[in-house]
This record gives sequence, C-alpha cells and structure tokens, in this order.
Amino acid sequence: MNRKRTSIRGRRRRMSEWEPVVGMEIHVELKTKSKMFCGCKNDPFHAPKPNIYTCPVCLGMPGGLPVPNKKAVEWTIMLGLALGCEIPLHSKFDRKNYFYPDLAKGYQISQYDEPFCVNGRVHLPSGDVRIHRVHLEEDTGKLLHKTVNGKKVSLIDFNRCGVPLMEIVTEADIHSAEQAREFLKKLYQIIRYLDVSDADMEKGTMRLEPNISVRPVGDTHLPAYKVEVKNINSFAFVKKAIEYETERHITFLEKGEKPPQETRGWNEDKGVSFPQRSKENAEDYRYFPDPDIPPIVWEQGYIDGLKKQLPKLPDDKFQEFVTMGFPTSYASLSSVSPSSVVFVETAYNLTVKKDPTINPKTFGDWLFNRPIDIETANPNKIAEELIQSRKVVSIPDEEIQKAISDVLAANPKAVADFKAGKEQVKMFLFGNVLKTLKGKGDKKKVMEILQKSLTV
Amino acid sequence: MKKLNTLTLASAVKKLKSKEISHKELYADVSEAIAGKNKELNAYLALNTEAVSQAEKLLDTPLAGVPVAVKDNFLTVGLETTASSNVLRGFNPPYESTVTSRLKKAGGVVVGKTNMDAWAHGSSTETSDFGPTKNPNNLAHVPGGSSGGSAAAVAANMCITALGSETAGSIRIPSAWCGTVGLKPTYGRVPRTGVVAMGSSLDSPGPMTKTVEDAAILLSVIAGKDPYDATTGELPVPDYASNLKKGVKGLKIGICYMDHPQLKGTQTEKSVEEAGKLFEKNGATVEKVALSDQLEDNTILNPDYAVGVYTVVQRSEVSSNLARYDGIRYGHNRSTFGAEAKRRIMLGTFTLSKGYADKYYVLAEKVRNLYIKNFAQLFSKYDLLISTATPGPALKFGESEGNPLFGELTDLLNEPSSLSGLTGISVPCYWDKKTGLPLGLSIMANHWQEETVLRAAYLYEQETDFNPWTKEAHE
Amino acid sequence: MATKFTTDDVTHIASLANIPVTDGEKKSLADGFTKTIGVVEELNKLDVSVVTAVHMTGLSNVLREDEVDKKRMFTQEQALANAPNTHNGYFVVDQLIEQDD
Repeated sequence: MNRKRTSIRGRRRRMSEWEPVVGMEIHVELKTKSKMFCGCKNDPFHAPKPNIYTCPVCLGMPGGLPVPNKKAVEWTIMLGLALGCEIPLHSKFDRKNYFYPDLAKGYQISQYDEPFCVNGRVHLPSGDVRIHRVHLEEDTGKLLHKTVNGKKVSLIDFNRCGVPLMEIVTEADIHSAEQAREFLKKLYQIIRYLDVSDADMEKGTMRLEPNISVRPVGDTHLPAYKVEVKNINSFAFVKKAIEYETERHITFLEKGEKPPQETRGWNEDKGVSFPQRSKENAEDYRYFPDPDIPPIVWEQGYIDGLKKQLPKLPDDKFQEFVTMGFPTSYASLSSVSPSSVVFVETAYNLTVKKDPTINPKTFGDWLFNRPIDIETANPNKIAEELIQSRKVVSIPDEEIQKAISDVLAANPKAVADFKAGKEQVKMFLFGNVLKTLKGKGDKKKVMEILQKSLTV
Repeated sequence: MKKLNTLTLASAVKKLKSKEISHKELYADVSEAIAGKNKELNAYLALNTEAVSQAEKLLDTPLAGVPVAVKDNFLTVGLETTASSNVLRGFNPPYESTVTSRLKKAGGVVVGKTNMDAWAHGSSTETSDFGPTKNPNNLAHVPGGSSGGSAAAVAANMCITALGSETAGSIRIPSAWCGTVGLKPTYGRVPRTGVVAMGSSLDSPGPMTKTVEDAAILLSVIAGKDPYDATTGELPVPDYASNLKKGVKGLKIGICYMDHPQLKGTQTEKSVEEAGKLFEKNGATVEKVALSDQLEDNTILNPDYAVGVYTVVQRSEVSSNLARYDGIRYGHNRSTFGAEAKRRIMLGTFTLSKGYADKYYVLAEKVRNLYIKNFAQLFSKYDLLISTATPGPALKFGESEGNPLFGELTDLLNEPSSLSGLTGISVPCYWDKKTGLPLGLSIMANHWQEETVLRAAYLYEQETDFNPWTKEAHE
Repeated sequence: MATKFTTDDVTHIASLANIPVTDGEKKSLADGFTKTIGVVEELNKLDVSVVTAVHMTGLSNVLREDEVDKKRMFTQEQALANAPNTHNGYFVVDQLIEQDD
C-alpha cells in the first residue's frame, strides 16, 4: 500500500505517537572590546581588511601566551546567573586539540570538566528547559572557499580567531519545535538585556545547534542516538529543522530502524537538512588543563556581588508591567527587549502625565494596535499622538455605521475568519474603521457598533 | 694582552664604562673567536652582522652593549629563529621575546642565535636539524643540551654571556658538561613570552654565564612579571648581584641523590661530598638526605619515577604545543618535523587520548604532585639541597642513539626539581685532567629562592679553583 | 600488564597527531612507544590515592582588563610576512574537503 506520508492527517496521527527530544547548543560571541586571550580588537564583522586584528597569541605564533579577558569571564558568569545556574567556585580553561586551518594554535582554549556555570533553568509556559552548562571559549578564524588560479583553495582570515565565545548547553528538555522557538527567544532576550552580545544570527554572532532525536510518546528514556543540525541562522529555521528532522526520524523508527547518529547541515532555501562530512578524528579532542592559564577561583562574595549587578531581566520587567496594570499580552510585548522596555515606560509615563485618566490597558490598546516599531519610535511623539486621538470629535452614529459597513464590505475574508472563530481579526477591522473615520468618534461606541455588525 | 672575549660580563661592563676598552676592540675579539671556532663547534646558527654598531650606542645602559649569545628558541626580530628545526627554517619573527627585549633594553646585544636540540627535545644538542654542537673541552663529546650552543659559546669565549632555557636540565646539563655556570630560575620567575614552547608547565628561560656573579646580573635583567605571560609571579626582582657575598653561615643544606645506584662510588659523589664539607667549613649545617621509594618525611623521593612523570607531562604538552606548526601562517608543513619531534608529538598524543588520558596524563600529574609535596617538606627543613646535574661527564657522540628515553635518563636528576618548579644552578666542581671534561655541582632551593642559590654558588666558586674565569680574575 | 603498541596503533596515533609516517617507520615507532610506556607504567607502584592536582604557579585569576592593545597587534603585512601562500590579504590553504557551496 502506498500511503502518502505528507498528508496533514497522516502527519498529525504520527505526531501523536512520537515526540521529539531536543537539546540545544548555542554559541554566542561576546561584544567585548578586545579578544578572549589577547588585546586584539574584537570587531571581525566590521574589519575593513582580512588579518588586521591579529597578534602573536591569536595568530598562533611561537611563544604567544593567552591571558584571559576579565570582562568576558564576568559576562559569562552573569549570563549563568541570569539562567539560574550555580557558579562553581573553582574553574579552569582546557585545551581542546584538533586540526583545522582556521584554528591557529592547533587547539582551542575551552572549558572541559569545570565550566563557569552549571545546572540552570529557564521557565517557559511550554515547559521548563534546564541548562546543563555555560562555558567560555574562543572563536576560530573564518574560511572562505574559493577557486584561485584554477585551484580550489580556502582563504583564511584570523580577524575572528580568538573572539570570546560562550557556549550554552541545555538538557534534552525540549519536546516541540514551538518550545524550542520559545526557549531561544527567551535566551535571546536575556542576552540582549545583559547587553553582552549582539546575538545576531545573520552575522553568526549567535549560532544555534539543536540535537534532535525522536521517541514514542510516553517513553521517558533518552533515545540511543542524536542528530546535530548545524548552520541554522534563525529561530524560525530551528523550528523548521526540528519539524523536518522529526519527520525524517519517524520514517526510520516506523520501519523499526534507528536513525543514524550524525551531524547534518541545514539548507534554508530547500528547507531540508543534509549530511555533513564530519571532521576527521573530531571525536578525540585530548582535553587537558591549559598550563598557560592559572585556574579561576571565586569567593562566594564575589559571585553574590555579580548577582546584585544583574540588570532587571525579561521576567522581572514583565512582572513589573503586570503589576502596573498592563494585560499580560501587552506586558509581554513591552518586555521583549531593553529598548522596548524603555520605550513603553517612557511613553506611558508621558501619556499619563498629560492625561491621568489613561490606564495601562487603554494605553496598550492604542499602542499595540498601531504599526509602530517600538524599538525605534519616539516616545514623546507617540504620547502626543495618543493624547490627540483621545480628543473625541463627536459624530453621528450613522456616520460610524457607514464606515463600518464599508470596511466589512472591503474585507470579506476577515469577516469570514471572525465568524470561523478568529477573535483577533476584530482588532484589525476596528483599526481600519478608525482609520476611515480619521480619528473622529468615540472609540467605545465604534467598538460597540462593530461588534453588533459582526454578530448579525 | 689577554683577549677581550674571555672577559666576564661584570668585568666587560666595567671596562667598557671606564673606557678601558672600546666596543670595537671587544667585538673584534669575540668575532675572531667565532670565526675561528664556530665551523668546528657549530655553536651559532645565525649571527648579527650589525652587533658592533648597535653596541656602540649602548654605553650608558646597565649592560653597556656587551655581546650576548641567545638560544635559538627565543624570538628575535631581525634574526632568523628556528629552534633548530627545519620546520621553522627561514622564520623571521614579527615580534620579540620578552626576555630578549628586556636584555636589549638593558643594553645587551644579541650577537647570534645558538644551536640547540630541535625544539629543545634532548640533552645533547644532537637532535638539531642543523648538525650537533661539539663540546669545546673535548670535541669527541657532546656539549649537553638542549641549550648546548649557548653553553659551548660561553665555554669557548665566543660571547661574553648567554641565555638558555630549561625544561628539565636544558640549562644545567650543558653548563655542567661545558664547565660554565647555568641558572634555572623558579618556574614563573622569567617570562616565557616569545620563547618557542616545549613543556609549558616546565619551561624556564635563564642565564648561562661564565661566573655566578654574571648569572646574578643577567637574572635581574630578565626576571619579573610579564603581563603577556599569566604564569609569571608578581614578586619584585631584587638586585641579585648585590647579595652574593652573604655566605652560607647558618644555612641548612641537604645532600641528595648520592646514594642512587648510578652515583655511588663515582667522582661525582666525591665532588658533591667535598662541596658539602666546604659549605660546612663556612658555617652551614650539612647532612645527607636518604633516598626513598615512597613519599616519606625527611627523605627524598627516588628520581627514577620522575622519568615516567616527565615523559608523560612533557610529551603531552609537546603534542599540543607543536600543533600550531602546520606551515600555513609561517614555517613548513608537518612532514618536516625531525624524528625525535615526531616521536614526542605522537607519544604525547597517545597519553592524552580518549581512554588513556586517565591512565597516563592524569596519573603523571598526580605523581608530579608527590614530588612537589616531597620538596615542600624538605624545604621546611633545609634552605638548600645539593647534588649534581648529571650522573657523570659529557657523553661521547652517538652514545645515547637509539634509546627512546635517552634524554630522560640524562635528565633524571633534574626532573624532580623541574617538575616541581624549583630553582637551581650548576657550577663547575671538577675537571678531569685526562679528558678535559668537567662536572657540575647542582644547588637547588625552594620557589623564588634564587638569592640563596646564588649566594652558595658564589661562595663555592670563590673558595675553589674550578671556575677558569674567576681563577683568572684572582690572578 | 604492560601496553604493547602495534603498527595499527601507530597509524591511528599518527592520524590523530597529524604526523605523516611511512609504513617503514611504524614498526620501530611501535617498539619505541612500547618501551617508553613500560617505564611510565612504573608509576603505578606509587601510592597516589591522597594526591590532588594543583597548578604549577600557585596563582589564580590572572586576568587582563578588556582593553585593545594596539602595540601588540600586527599589521596585515606582518601577519602574512612568513606565510608561504597568500592571496589578497588572506592566508591560503588547499581545500581539505569538498565544499557544498
């Protein structure tokens, strides 16, 4: 029998029998001024020329010795604290030995068995994700594959070599593509709040590697294999990759086969993963403590001090907005990023000063139903606009009814969606009516009449 | 008139400053010695053709522009640096080692780069890819190593003074076998920045000189915290030369390793015991420290185990330190490594590899800590330990060939102290009239106790006739 | 029991170490390693049950401030000066594996 694998019904059925088990490894380049183990400028993305930010240490010259960047170490600890990690009082750097042309020293300085941060936890509506560890290492140089004089070669630029790189490793607690996206969004927010990285996936300053396996729903054991997917540069693609891999694994599992353990790449154009040839001997890194770097030993008081220095995090700000009286959806939108927080707080305070009758809900209703980029908008201007819009010019109900009828007639699909149960379409239609009325008319009244017209 | 190249560092500086001699005269004699002997001895690999003109500008500096021979593992801008390996043939360093940069700032002139065992892998200078150096005292014998070129250059008066580096014996062994003075500083006392790394947890650059006073002068120049080497200590650097004459009165000295089977009944044992008597006569308390096969208070742990520890620690570090030599950014590719380097890289790769690291690397680090503990206990009782840097005089060429552990067997007596990061010196303590070959007395002390080591070595040098340069100074 | 190295062991180690060795060299390398590791295995005679590892220097937290150190940085010319093969300011190496681009 030839069953169509791609039919929605088929997939739904299969997804109810199997569940993905996903752990994430996330690399984040820190935006320190200088590199991890030397005083070279850390700005590879804006470097005007290749190989201009190098020195004996990061170029792997004989006799170059590493000295760790204090800020990078502190930022890693702070991220660990923000992720609820424990900070062991003893830590060290190790050498991870392997050969690759972009690795100047023939080893990467990393952390093996004593990372800076362990055992954290990120709370999510879709289920908590435990953080296994956060450690600090150095980035490699960059390879460019080209043909020069008819010969296939790799060009190497060491401007990025030695840039501080945090690695965040989660437990395999993620069980849906949506949960993965939620987790990454949260992590991204925390990093932006701490202001330690641009976390730009396009530029590669934030890199995502899910480890995916699949097991029958109800099974609590970790599957005996996992597939690591590399080269993913957006949260949306992580989601797609997990969905794609889950399907792929199920086809093996349904045949009673174990999907092969491997590393795969992600092709975003085709929306498929493909096997990557692994680096030779990548399995045996011959870790040992770097003799060039004395260990890092903390006093508990110092860690407590760093904890006190932590800025307010997304969860804290969300809670603050809720306490102020913002509905949770608006509180969540307001706390997306440090700049959104500043914007909403400033705009709200300015508005309330001018019109004390405005409450967080009315403020949010107005703000979040407008096409405003709150990362860049001017809060002063916004507050002014809001106040202006509240100065109601009274108009007859007939005029309102006419505007509504026009809008509904122009948007039959939205109306149908509403009738099919999509409540949120109402706000779209409401916005359009207001636009047609050019701000005139009492909004409460407008909403009343709209509601009536829709439910007829 | 006596040739000026035979001057010690202290007297050359004095004579230059008082204008008793000129730079031209001094460099003429040094160049003549190099021209006359280097072909045979192969002590220098590269020479600085502008040394005199550089020196003439340095009269007002502490070292007044004296010519200094520098081991070829120190990176020197403008002078090819190879660590005696074909892998680095033609390498022109784009930066200067901290030690040579301090030397230059103090008014030393690098007159040339000296031969060594390739990558400092050896104790004879025979593993150099550019041919062995010969022992100036007897050409059929090796000069010791790995800093053999520097020791030979000093012994043959082809420089005024020299720099070397030691991982386990590489300063003290060639100094002992060439009849010169070699000081291995405490690990972390002298920066490793810009020195081709061998065993990163062991490497200690240091002075290789004609007299103890010269060693003291040079150590004050090169020692001290370096912001580019995280393993250097913060301790201030004393003027070592000003404290040489304090004698040994009241010091407690232990004689060690003389009951080791390799040493019992040898001239070495006799010489070391005579040194003990001399120190006793000068007011020190001297006693023998018995050898033990387990960690025990007031005994010294058998150095035989150090061979295994050192082999693993050093080869593991070597395998990683030499990984950067891939011929992409500089130098030549990995097929150009010599046989000894290949062996060490591979063995170190094995001792760190999956499934074996615990059995070898981790175990070796644990035993290393036994030695560290052992010395900590002994130095709670003694100010100094005396012994010898080598079981006997310089070997003949080829004597150690084919032995995969040849380096370690010669290094045996230096390995425990090196693995523990201690300081030590070798000073001439015997000359064999028949072979013309010397032996070296080894004086060791706890971390940062270079002053005590130098004091005792200075007294020994003054009270005996073994050092040809002080003997002449006395005349 | 002492570890004995075979030529296959040597092949594996050589590949890990990125060191080219000829078949002719393998036998003597294997024998040399067997002998050397035999000496190392003497260490098992010692009681190390109470020993913990410490860093050589006794130092800890030797860190640098986050500052750009211009005087230590190379110009592009200096960085490339010793390289056998360069192109437009890049180091050049033969492609290791076929790329998918």
